[in-house]
Amino acid sequence: MIRALVGWLDDRLGAAPFLRSALRKAFPDHWSFMLGELAANCFFFILASGTYLAFFFHPSDAHVVYHGPVRSLDGRTMTAAYASILRLSFETQAGLLVRQAHHWCALVFAAAVVTHMSRVFFTGAFRKPRELNWLIGVTMLLLVIADGFTGYSLPGDALSGAGLRIANAVALSIPLVGSWLAFLAFGGPYPTAELTARLFPIHILFIPALLATLIGAHLSILWHQKHTQFPGARQRENNVVGSPLWPTYAVKSGALTLATFGILLLLGGLLEINPVWEYGPYDPWTTASPAQPDWYAGWLEGALRIGPRWAIHIGSHTIGAPFWPGVVLPLALFSVLYAWPFVEAFLTRDRAEHELLQFPWQNPLRVSFGVWALGIGGSLLAAGSDDVQARLLHVSVQSLDWFDRVELIVAPVIAAVVAWSVCRELQSRHAHEKPERVLLYRNREGGYEEG
Amino acid sequence: MIALLAATLSLAVVSSDLDRRGADLYAVNCVTCHGADLGGTANGPSLQGVGADALDFYLSTGRMPLEVPGTEPLPAPPLFGREQISALIAYVLAHGGDANAQIPQVRASDDLARGRVLFEENCQACHGARGDGAVTGFGWIAPPLNPDDPTQVAEAVRIGPGIMPRFGPHEIDGGDLDALVAYVVSLRKPPDAGGFSVGSAGPVGEGLFAWIFGVGGGILLMLLVGETLKRT
Ligand code: HEC
Ligand code: HEC
Repeated sequence: MIRALVGWLDDRLGAAPFLRSALRKAFPDHWSFMLGELAANCFFFILASGTYLAFFFHPSDAHVVYHGPVRSLDGRTMTAAYASILRLSFETQAGLLVRQAHHWCALVFAAAVVTHMSRVFFTGAFRKPRELNWLIGVTMLLLVIADGFTGYSLPGDALSGAGLRIANAVALSIPLVGSWLAFLAFGGPYPTAELTARLFPIHILFIPALLATLIGAHLSILWHQKHTQFPGARQRENNVVGSPLWPTYAVKSGALTLATFGILLLLGGLLEINPVWEYGPYDPWTTASPAQPDWYAGWLEGALRIGPRWAIHIGSHTIGAPFWPGVVLPLALFSVLYAWPFVEAFLTRDRAEHELLQFPWQNPLRVSFGVWALGIGGSLLAAGSDDVQARLLHVSVQSLDWFDRVELIVAPVIAAVVAWSVCRELQSRHAHEKPERVLLYRNREGGYEEG
Repeated sequence: MIALLAATLSLAVVSSDLDRRGADLYAVNCVTCHGADLGGTANGPSLQGVGADALDFYLSTGRMPLEVPGTEPLPAPPLFGREQISALIAYVLAHGGDANAQIPQVRASDDLARGRVLFEENCQACHGARGDGAVTGFGWIAPPLNPDDPTQVAEAVRIGPGIMPRFGPHEIDGGDLDALVAYVVSLRKPPDAGGFSVGSAGPVGEGLFAWIFGVGGGILLMLLVGETLKRT
């Protein structure tokens, strides 16, 4: 069957040589090489589910009076966007299922990207010649966060309104251009009547198109450069050991794709997520508590909650306090992420090409930096839910925030030091090990030879 | 005439009986903190000028009698039954309580929409959108509203226990109070239309589940298919 198809395509495109080699392309067997695929699957799922949602969503802040099955909102004046989300959730076939699966997918997508990037980072897969794909990856992480945030902001419920209010305050705090920028982006002082109409095309067209392009580039580069692989008995700098694309890897990958869709639909069907009908429509004078953003933006929220309260006055001009945690910190963190491959190459004076990965313990410097960065992100994320923790621990939010500030500075450093010493310990253990295992094959004559 | 006299007398007997039972209860349970003359001690505030609404609220939600002096009164299973509460109320009112503050009478209301607006504007910031409680300033916790019966909710609104603000008839009038209480009671059975709730933690719980089921489940599958299909 495949043979016939390849033949048919070859007659028309002359594609047989390419296809034949493509189908035999080797994919490493280690499970962690599929993390990126998990992220890609999420992208397809989110595109498909989002398309369905876009059929029913009204991206408009015009005021309408709601009448429908949510009795406690009957007769309430709200934005057309929020009303359409209620209709989508309660009066549309499979609307709530798809909406919830879409939202779960956004959370899993970002988590899969972070996990995939951690694998790439800790094994040194970003080293020459793969720095470009690392840069593309970091950019895609940014885009996933941005698309998540714009999506979270669309329904116009109390939580999303509060999130936009915070984004507005952060934009306003930027020195010199802040007010102009905020007015330009939001179309006036917040809340404005145009915001949803602006967020919508960014959320469903601009960012997804960029993502699709970058995924295309990411995969073409990967195809061209071939996979990295863990060092092993047969793995060398100049080969790729693994299963062929067809049939083994295709089946593996197809199974994972279908399973991902299954998990997301199960989550969407069984577990309630973002029940906007409970939060109510956004009114600037109301507020809800506890309140947090989705996890991928939670670290920004945490930075704002425990960030320094420095408002600097220069003449008649003020640099608002949200500027430091809301703008400077994320810029700094992402700059470091972008720069790491070059920083590491500079520090280790390593200009060589690497087709073989490193086990994490082989590079204590990188591991401790990675652990430190994840620690910073995790601590900030934790600080973003201080209200929930304060409730659980019966302490005041204020004292918890002081704890979080100290923790943010101390804990990641401790974690990094621990990671460093664990790596050194493993290194010295491996140094005493026998250098390399040798595979012996028994031949027809009954003798043995090295494989 | 005689009948009237007899009726008045029996009423007086009944009420003094109630008063005496109240005095006993007070002496055993309250006097150490609120003082013999209801004037308060170092362990508890004065009850002079306190009305039936506050007494009923603090007693029926089990906040009083406070077990450990100096701690925050928390809802608990009530120590007293209806009659004992009435006796304590009678006693306090007879000795300097505020006889004008009545236990609010809540009427059934189906104006959930009005109740919801009032809740969002006045209560949600502290008690949470689902009414299942949240932290407020400086270690206070606005408790979940589920266990309260309608009268207790109305009492809380009128008296403002602890750091909760007090809402008088000028802020929330009788009809509004009925609607508000009806909405608070309706929160007890949240529709959970989207399936199982991941808990009141909102996005925090959701993020946790996304990592566990999404990434965790994904990795499990990778291991499964990876092992099954290794170099076949
Ligand atoms: C261990 C000490 C203690 C005991 C015993 C105690 N109380 Fe209290 N009571 C307090 C404290 C402290 C407060 C103030 C709580 C607050 O405002 O958070 C209080 C508040 C009250 C209030 C509210 C006062 C107001 O201004 O609204 C009432 C009513 C009350 N108590 C009644 C009683 C009754 C009736 C008893 C006996 C059944 C009792 N208490 C037993 C310590 C005590
Ligand atoms: C400033 C925050 C705040 C606001 C606003 C607020 N509450 Fe409260 N509420 C509290 C706190 C704190 C307590 C607990 C007081 C205590 O235990 O002494 C409480 C207690 C209650 C209780 C008693 C719960 C129980 O466990 O018995 C009810 C009922 C209640 N509030 C209803 C309301 C309603 C209805 C509104 C809106 C009209 C409201 N609250 C507004 C903070 C608040």
